[in-house]
Amino acid sequence: MMAVPLNWYLILSAVVFSIGIFGFLTRKNIIIMFLSIELMLNGVNISLIAFSHYLQDLRGQVFVFFIIAVAAAEAAIGLAIIMALFRNKSTAHVDEMSEMKG
Amino acid sequence: MLPRLFFGYFAAAITLISILVVTRRNPVHSVIWMLLLFFHIAGMYLFLDAEFIAAIQVIVYAGAVLVLFLFVVLLLNLREELRTERFIGSWPAGVFIAAALFAGIAAALRSFVLGPAGIYTIDFIRKATDTKALGQVLFTEYLLPFEVVSLVLLVAVIGAIVLAKKGVRG
Repeated sequence: MMAVPLNWYLILSAVVFSIGIFGFLTRKNIIIMFLSIELMLNGVNISLIAFSHYLQDLRGQVFVFFIIAVAAAEAAIGLAIIMALFRNKSTAHVDEMSEMKG
Repeated sequence: MLPRLFFGYFAAAITLISILVVTRRNPVHSVIWMLLLFFHIAGMYLFLDAEFIAAIQVIVYAGAVLVLFLFVVLLLNLREELRTERFIGSWPAGVFIAAALFAGIAAALRSFVLGPAGIYTIDFIRKATDTKALGQVLFTEYLLPFEVVSLVLLVAVIGAIVLAKKGVRG
């Protein structure tokens, strides 16, 4: 039985995080930018769970627990902000939101 | 060999679905692919002996956060999205930054050394069950952060109501 090395999980986590960075930097739609942030958080979660398993320590899982709670709060606030923005601007494209007021 | 095959399937699926999530034109499709991605990540957590976190991943992320996303996507009228350009004009810069970040992390991993192992071995967790062991750590060592997180969630609930309420002017 050949076990999976820890580095494979860390590489996978880096791949997911990089794809999230790419989506956040290049997409115009604000909802998909938010999905990219969730993608980055999940990439970090994968590495924390893998560390927890390979270091035989539950603190990694505790951190993931907190990250998921904060991500839920962030999604609720962020989507409320998107709703308020859409009511003012009638668009979900970030490059059309170029004013601070009005 | 079997664990590696298992990991290979999950890693390939997670990478492919992540790319699909950030490149789909229709936001509804992105959210649905994200749902599939979260199920795959939960499967990977089960593989790493984190049953409680896998359940939380499905219940909180797939069940609550993504349904919230889907509601907002359907509330906003995004018909124009299907016609306009998906990416910003300078998207190669985004590809370059993401690739450079990945190369940096991969180079740093080469000199990575694992620290000393803790007391929560697989046998210990299997005997005490994952949820019970996690709860004992959470409610003793991390009691204050736990309370702070409950405060963060309260602020999020109040903030979301205030922000999304109609006719509220600063």
